[in-house]
Amino acid sequence: MKPAPFAYKKARTLDEAMALLGGQPDARLLAGGQSLIAGLNMRLSAPSLLIDINGIAGLDGIALKDGKVEIAALTRYAAAERSDIIAKHAPLIARALPHIGHVAIRNRGTLGGSLAYADPAAELPACLLALDGEVEATGPKGKRSIKAVDFFKGLFETALRPDEILTALRLPAAGKDSRVGFAELARRHGDYAMVGLAASARAAGKGLADVRLAYFGVGATAVRAKKAEAALEKSDVEAAVAALDLDPPDDVQATGATKKHLAGVLLRRVAQQLMEAA
Amino acid sequence: MSDTQIDIALTVNGEPVSERVDARKTLVDFLRDDLGLTGSHIGCEQGFCGACTVRVDGEIVRGCLMLAAQCDGATVETIEGLSDSGEIADLQKAFAERNALQCGYCTPGMITAAQDLLQRGGVPSRDEIREHLSGNYCRCTGYHAIVDAVEAVAEARAGGRK
Amino acid sequence: MKITEDSPPVLTVLDRPNSYIGRSVPRPNLQRLTQGRGQYVSDVSLPRMAHVAFLRSPHAHARIVKIAADKAKKAPGVIAVVTGAEVAKVMTPWVGVLTHLKGLKSAPQYPIAVDRACWQGEAVCAVVAKTRAQAEDACELVEVTYEELPVVADPETALDPKTPVIQPELGDNLCFERKLEVGEPDKAFASSDAVIETTFLFGRHTGVTTEPRAVVADWNEGEQRLTVYQGTQAPHMMQNLFAKHLDLAEQQVRVITKDVGGSFGIKVHTYADEMATVALSKLLKRPVKFVADRIESFVTDIHARDHRIKAKIGVNNDGTITAFEIDDLTGIGPYSVYPRTSGIEANQVVNLVGGPYTTPNYRAVARVVFQNKNVMCQYRAVGHPIAVAVTEGLVELAAAKIGMDPLELRRRNLLPDDNYPAQSAAGLKFEKLSHHETLAHLDALMNYAGLRAEQKKLRENGIYRGIGFASFIEVTNPSAAFYGVGGAKITSQDGATLKLDAQGHISVHTGVTEQGQGAEAVMAQVAATSFGVPLDRVRVVTGDTDNTPYGGGTWASRAAGIGGEAAWQAGKALRANVLAVAGSMLQTKPETLDIRNGVVVDAASGSERLTLAELARVAYFRPDTLPAGVQAELMATRHYVPRAYPFAFTNGVQASWLEVDVETGFVKLLKHWVVEDCGTIINPQLVDEQMRGGVVQGIGAALFEHCLYDERGQLLNGNMADYLVPMAMEMPDIECGHVVSPTADSELGAKGAGEAGTAGAPACVMNAINDALRPLGAQPLTDMPFTPEKILRALGKV
Repeated sequence: MKPAPFAYKKARTLDEAMALLGGQPDARLLAGGQSLIAGLNMRLSAPSLLIDINGIAGLDGIALKDGKVEIAALTRYAAAERSDIIAKHAPLIARALPHIGHVAIRNRGTLGGSLAYADPAAELPACLLALDGEVEATGPKGKRSIKAVDFFKGLFETALRPDEILTALRLPAAGKDSRVGFAELARRHGDYAMVGLAASARAAGKGLADVRLAYFGVGATAVRAKKAEAALEKSDVEAAVAALDLDPPDDVQATGATKKHLAGVLLRRVAQQLMEAA
Repeated sequence: MSDTQIDIALTVNGEPVSERVDARKTLVDFLRDDLGLTGSHIGCEQGFCGACTVRVDGEIVRGCLMLAAQCDGATVETIEGLSDSGEIADLQKAFAERNALQCGYCTPGMITAAQDLLQRGGVPSRDEIREHLSGNYCRCTGYHAIVDAVEAVAEARAGGRK
Repeated sequence: MKITEDSPPVLTVLDRPNSYIGRSVPRPNLQRLTQGRGQYVSDVSLPRMAHVAFLRSPHAHARIVKIAADKAKKAPGVIAVVTGAEVAKVMTPWVGVLTHLKGLKSAPQYPIAVDRACWQGEAVCAVVAKTRAQAEDACELVEVTYEELPVVADPETALDPKTPVIQPELGDNLCFERKLEVGEPDKAFASSDAVIETTFLFGRHTGVTTEPRAVVADWNEGEQRLTVYQGTQAPHMMQNLFAKHLDLAEQQVRVITKDVGGSFGIKVHTYADEMATVALSKLLKRPVKFVADRIESFVTDIHARDHRIKAKIGVNNDGTITAFEIDDLTGIGPYSVYPRTSGIEANQVVNLVGGPYTTPNYRAVARVVFQNKNVMCQYRAVGHPIAVAVTEGLVELAAAKIGMDPLELRRRNLLPDDNYPAQSAAGLKFEKLSHHETLAHLDALMNYAGLRAEQKKLRENGIYRGIGFASFIEVTNPSAAFYGVGGAKITSQDGATLKLDAQGHISVHTGVTEQGQGAEAVMAQVAATSFGVPLDRVRVVTGDTDNTPYGGGTWASRAAGIGGEAAWQAGKALRANVLAVAGSMLQTKPETLDIRNGVVVDAASGSERLTLAELARVAYFRPDTLPAGVQAELMATRHYVPRAYPFAFTNGVQASWLEVDVETGFVKLLKHWVVEDCGTIINPQLVDEQMRGGVVQGIGAALFEHCLYDERGQLLNGNMADYLVPMAMEMPDIECGHVVSPTADSELGAKGAGEAGTAGAPACVMNAINDALRPLGAQPLTDMPFTPEKILRALGKV
């Protein structure tokens, strides 16, 4: 199938992109396009205007700033995979990246685009949530930061206002006592996960503190399993599994009950990753 | 030029190309319909099959998940260009000798993806080859022969070293 | 007799000097494909060509009350908006029945639904425009008023009296029924030491050819002739059908098949949208192109395998299998597919269950019912994956029940290698099979004892690996018994024409087609050997009804065995013709001459007498110098059809080695082995690659592929994100071995090799999963595909 007709504008500056976005209610931003164009090709959506932001200078790049890893929105997965800063200071992202699609997809797909698209089965939103990261939204009135927990509102729905552009994401840089874990179960390599888990914690003595478990593929958004986090902070993995209060919906790959079981398996595996490192 | 008809100038297989394209036209449709480069194939238009894999500015991409309009100023290489430059001649020879293609529909994309892996240097393991090609669907071969062919070229390029 | 890479073949008639039989020579023309310079139908572009897009029913069953097309007709680029009623004026409907499948019935099917859509995805209107995108734009402007009708989705209730009848004129929803009883199954079960009963489920799946179906139809009003570029497996069959339903002479129709992006049985059927495209070209007097997109492929390419089989096996403690029984139910959509019908798969299941074994007692019932889902029909290995999974699943359950090694149980029941011809309980006739030899070969190839030891050791560490086997038989080289006797114009014979050109090269024109399996290579090897030229002097021409002998094309693993034999015989005939000319030129008896390596030689000494180029020069340009009465005939045609047996059965055995993650239910395939016997091997590499590709297609069925429908007849996963095809990362390496039992029905002795991999792989994987999980007390899994969820359920974890 071919896309329905739309207009296309290449924005050269953020201001130009915002002006275009404000001027047309059903305009869409085109970043990596790896989800957007697939949807257009199936006529699942028919925006009147695509605003291509790929040409905007300064919208990509990875930097370490004030104890935070700042990733500009247009940074592509492939660039992040090659980044020393990511490898060293955002190890959870580094672990998640190889699971995202395939090489050709990662060459185009952007980190900002993934967050703005807010697919509930995608890896990055869960990573952002697990790391207590934030996104930077730029609108006509300036920039604002939105914490991950406040950003993901629902299925493919975020806190971005219609006239805002996601311009960066920021994660606390990993410290000496940071611990991360990541696992997902996908039927085939590169597929969206049936269930996935991104986790972070802080080593505290022989145990873990500040455990954050963010599941993906189990609901409308990535979700934290707070009761399990508390149990894991007491080093009780089985109690954590028992405390998982997820209620995943059925989908074409599995029933919610199966996903919940798999969530428990992933928890054991990720807990081991967190503890091994501790 | 309007917002639905976009003028683009790019380099395709080393040749300068200037065209006016529909804003909605994907790169692979542009290559096939406008330039007659039918070696890039369409299998799903959804980014899953990899038959449309081409190189844009040196990196492999899905031709169905980029718009032609986005390629203004880009350098695009398709299977025709990679063939004529001789860059992948050894892969093509190995694919033929190993019968690593049957119907051939996935082959341009598969070889383009394989070359992307081999350009990184070294001799990848069979699992690494499988992983790198895991976004390219082949219904005919069962993949074993493809892995064999890519492995053989990797070894040959590394000087016969295992 | 055994041919492996390390043992030289026994000398036969095939071992002519410079023989290419048994050699892994590369296929001709492959570089065309590696360079992206093939020509698939989707690449074809003609002057004035228009594109068609079809508006498809969103409902599984609905009356078409009204089609309002005014807006669409005015849309940019639109040439025509055409309804089913309008297409029906130029093309007649068809009915997919075969008289030898007694009682099989179906309703007339139209190119575009006329007043009722019977499945989600059936075309209800066509829009022809300058570009495909514009045609799709206009489709969105066509307003169709539907009145939804009750949907028949579940085959289990399709025959209930209260279930609506989909095709009222047929009286009920039963398409076809077959019953078979041989021996005394009840008595055998009653006296068995153990009887195992279970139900096997096979998920509906589909071919997902990398190139979707594509057709370019070009009706030339001036010439009154139709040229159809089509990605098909059977150009002559399609020529006949286009002519018949457009009321043309076959002479007025030419079907051209160039490169085809995968077929596997998907592209050997009549598709309503392709027929409509041809009709539209006639209506509009211009070329019209239709390329199915992936979304419409999922709802219109034939589906296959949706079977529910209640099955039973009896076994004695000494390992004797006493009886098999099956009750098969399959839903095939609202129509039996034309012209091969949708009764064949169930019919094959009845024929094939128990086929490798000596077991004399067998009862089978098969019912084929209509439903409001996409049509089902023949797909690679038709019926075999089902019959093999049922048979081999039962055999391994029986082995487990009586505590016998599964290979040993097979050894005690497989048809003995030294007692042919033989016949199965279902009445299949076997010329020569090699079950025991293939099994012994497999045992050694996979180091079975070693794997069992490894399996045992790993279990102690909580790692659950399984070994599964599947012995199989496979229908190849079909005679007229398959379709011709049932009244279908599907030829089982095939022809080859060899022509010597003026430079001493030959061309081979063959009725079989190249779908990527290597038919061109096989024809070239056979012709080069038979006639006596180097391979690089042979050019093969396929896929053009104007330029090839009448033939069946590619299906039922027939190209090498039937088309190959025709080429073999044509090569001999042309050699005789050429030697007759050479004899007169050289003033010697033709019997003393031969053609070797492209040169006419003295047969006894091998010394060169005349080049073919010189002979051709004289014959074509200086025939005046030949003796009076000598007319050179440098073109020869031969046809072949198997006569001694209805089918040339092949056989073999496969094994799978895999690991089940018992916490997640995920299966990791570690290795797969195939040992098969397809008779004379013309090109070992091509046979191996048919096995490997076939195995992976079977693995897809076992683990991944499933067309999921809801109770309203809606396909839930009709895209490549949700319908999972096998990709490289999850597939195993596959090792192949061969045993060779040539068929004496032909000189070449070749049987088919295209489907054996697909036939056996699902059963192997199933048995290996059950073998892995047996120590955990899991319920045996018999419901394909084996998803993590089903495995977890069997383990009692969810």
